[in-house]
Amino acid sequence: MKIRAQVGMVLNLDKCIGCHTCSVTCKNVWTSRDGVEYAWFNNVETKPGIGYPKEWENQAKWNGGWKRNTAGKLEPRQGGKLKILANLFANPNLPAIDDYYEPFTYDYEHLQKAPLSQTPPTARPVSVITGKKMDKIQWGPNWEDDLGGEFSSRSRDQLFEGLQKEMYSTFESTFMMYLPRLCEHCLNPTCVASCPSGSIYKREDDGIVLVDQDKCRGWRMCISGCPYKKIYYNWQSGKAEKCTFCFPRIEAGQPTVCSETCVGRIRYLGVLLYDADLIEQAASTPNEQDLYEEQLKVFLDPHSPAVIAEARKQGIPESWLEAARKSPVYKMACEWKVAFPLHPEYRTLPMVWYIPPLSPIQSAAEAGRMPHKTLGDSIIPDVKSLRIPVRYLANLLTAGKEKPIVTALDRMIAMRAYKRGEVVHGKQEVSLLQQVGLDAATVEDMYQIMAIANYEDRFVIPTSHKEMVEDSFNDKGSCGFTFGNGCSGGTSEGSLFGKKPQGSVIFVEMPKSRKKPVTTEE
Amino acid sequence: MSYLHQFVFGIYPYIAFAIFILGSLARFEREQYTWKSDSSQVLHRGNLRLGNILFHLGIIGLFFGHLVGLLTPVAVWDALGVTHGFKQAFAMAAGGVMGGLCLLGLLILLHRRLSDPRIRAVTKPGDKVLLLWILVTLLLGLSTIFVSAQHMDGHEMVLLMAWAQHIVTFKGDAAAFIVGAHLLFKLHLFMGMTLFVIFPFTRLVHVWSGFASVTYLGRAWQLVRPR
Repeated sequence: MKIRAQVGMVLNLDKCIGCHTCSVTCKNVWTSRDGVEYAWFNNVETKPGIGYPKEWENQAKWNGGWKRNTAGKLEPRQGGKLKILANLFANPNLPAIDDYYEPFTYDYEHLQKAPLSQTPPTARPVSVITGKKMDKIQWGPNWEDDLGGEFSSRSRDQLFEGLQKEMYSTFESTFMMYLPRLCEHCLNPTCVASCPSGSIYKREDDGIVLVDQDKCRGWRMCISGCPYKKIYYNWQSGKAEKCTFCFPRIEAGQPTVCSETCVGRIRYLGVLLYDADLIEQAASTPNEQDLYEEQLKVFLDPHSPAVIAEARKQGIPESWLEAARKSPVYKMACEWKVAFPLHPEYRTLPMVWYIPPLSPIQSAAEAGRMPHKTLGDSIIPDVKSLRIPVRYLANLLTAGKEKPIVTALDRMIAMRAYKRGEVVHGKQEVSLLQQVGLDAATVEDMYQIMAIANYEDRFVIPTSHKEMVEDSFNDKGSCGFTFGNGCSGGTSEGSLFGKKPQGSVIFVEMPKSRKKPVTTEE
Repeated sequence: MSYLHQFVFGIYPYIAFAIFILGSLARFEREQYTWKSDSSQVLHRGNLRLGNILFHLGIIGLFFGHLVGLLTPVAVWDALGVTHGFKQAFAMAAGGVMGGLCLLGLLILLHRRLSDPRIRAVTKPGDKVLLLWILVTLLLGLSTIFVSAQHMDGHEMVLLMAWAQHIVTFKGDAAAFIVGAHLLFKLHLFMGMTLFVIFPFTRLVHVWSGFASVTYLGRAWQLVRPR
């Protein structure tokens, strides 16, 4: 048994309001630089929709993730090592910039400098890549926000697999939900496996997957390897970049920027202990629909004395073991079983998990416009009366297996009905809970963590204990976070070996595209 | 033998090789963040797949062709029973095919780079210099085929081999072997050696990493770094 710890994340989709605060704060901190304007380490998609980049879930098109070969061994869907090397010259599975969107800004200056005219001046879009004016913006980072666009485009969503999707094309029977996405920091990442230069790695102490910016050679295989399309090519620096899980904050015991700023309090961070020796076996389970349960088996019970003793022996700090016992992520994923991995069928064993959203028909039900059943004698409609088809959620979270999703939704509805009975009618209907295998004490805990969601309940993050591995005295006066090249990153202009990496030009000074005079094509 | 000839073909090869090795080392050590293939595939695919595969196939073939053809001692060929005339004909044919593939690929890549507005906008002056340098070197190399065709006995080729072998074995009289070589050969040699001079200062450094990526084949799928 090789015990490792990882800081995992759970997103409670039931509470996501689609405000994009996570995306914007993440962008301001991490990707407000030339070359990654189009990259969103965190983005929020409206489902149904084809997402960002376009159709990222369609692995028949992009060949991301793993596949199990006839010998029962795992191999990246984009090919084995020889094939990956053979594709170095031109990667056939690489999304182009138009699959994301052409990054743009606006000619704001024109608003102030335009000569007097009959009509008010407009700020035309300007491509950040070419610096030229664009006729029309064709696509953006969130083009399908709140079901924007027509159903025919949206219906290409892979999650409609196994559903009569035409049923959901009409306004009356449509549904939607938000899906915030970031790097999954997988236990079995395909990006790491696809990198010919070995520049991507998983950190042993906290499980964060990072790209070594100095070692990256820009071979682009990680971008096509990742089934979630969460590695981006910086077209300015020629290197791959990805979500860092805000590791400088995590090391200091602080939540990631997206979690910290989440308005709906939907994000949870906590430690999970797992047995690294079981990863390969779990990821190569024959039946895709068993992958969710197999991944649960990789996690270790932080309360078990045997696990604690072994973890101590293997050098996991005491504060991490304590955090694992209080981990909201462990509770939601392993104890209450209300959180699920994103697309387990990619066989990456992702570590950012999701609580499926309830989609109540409350107002329509109360108005008597919708035939439905309620839970017990409460007024809360049951799972079968929800708007979002269970199969749709199952396609997202359990490779199409509906039972675990139904159980989770049942538990969440039971919690609501029970708490409503308690608060409104002053009676504790324990029978509601027994049907779904819960007891009053557990529901109280669920209610505290999932509904009230206090800061200290959401984020249980131990510090990284750098003092155990580094002599920080020698680090005095050294530089902090840089994009490669140690302290020289972004400090001097020219170099014998070509352009030096630069810091954020777009927001600190002016967009690069605006530095040159805008060329008009008229 | 003029002073210029002695310098360019007797001394300059060592200068070029030293810059190539030491420059690469210095860049790897000091500026690894700039060490990359600098792919433009994300911005525009176009004919990249066709052009890039042809170009790389050709240029890798040319590199190893030159390496084996120039540096294998004449005694080895003689022992194998390969006549000079046959070797020259083979070199002309193989070089012609590889050079043709490389040229075709290079022209496709140049067209793609210069015709697409997005790639043109991100192309650095160094990229243009590099591509044009390779193009000129390649054209000179291909044109020597016609010179060689005028004397098929392999004598000229053996002199060029002697030059290269005397250079790499540090024998001082290397330049003397090619005093009589055709001007096209001399220009090709100069451009080729200078390619090694500009190597560490351009994206060409990715060639080292390309060869090094063979180690990927023996690597475990997953990499975990202890802190």
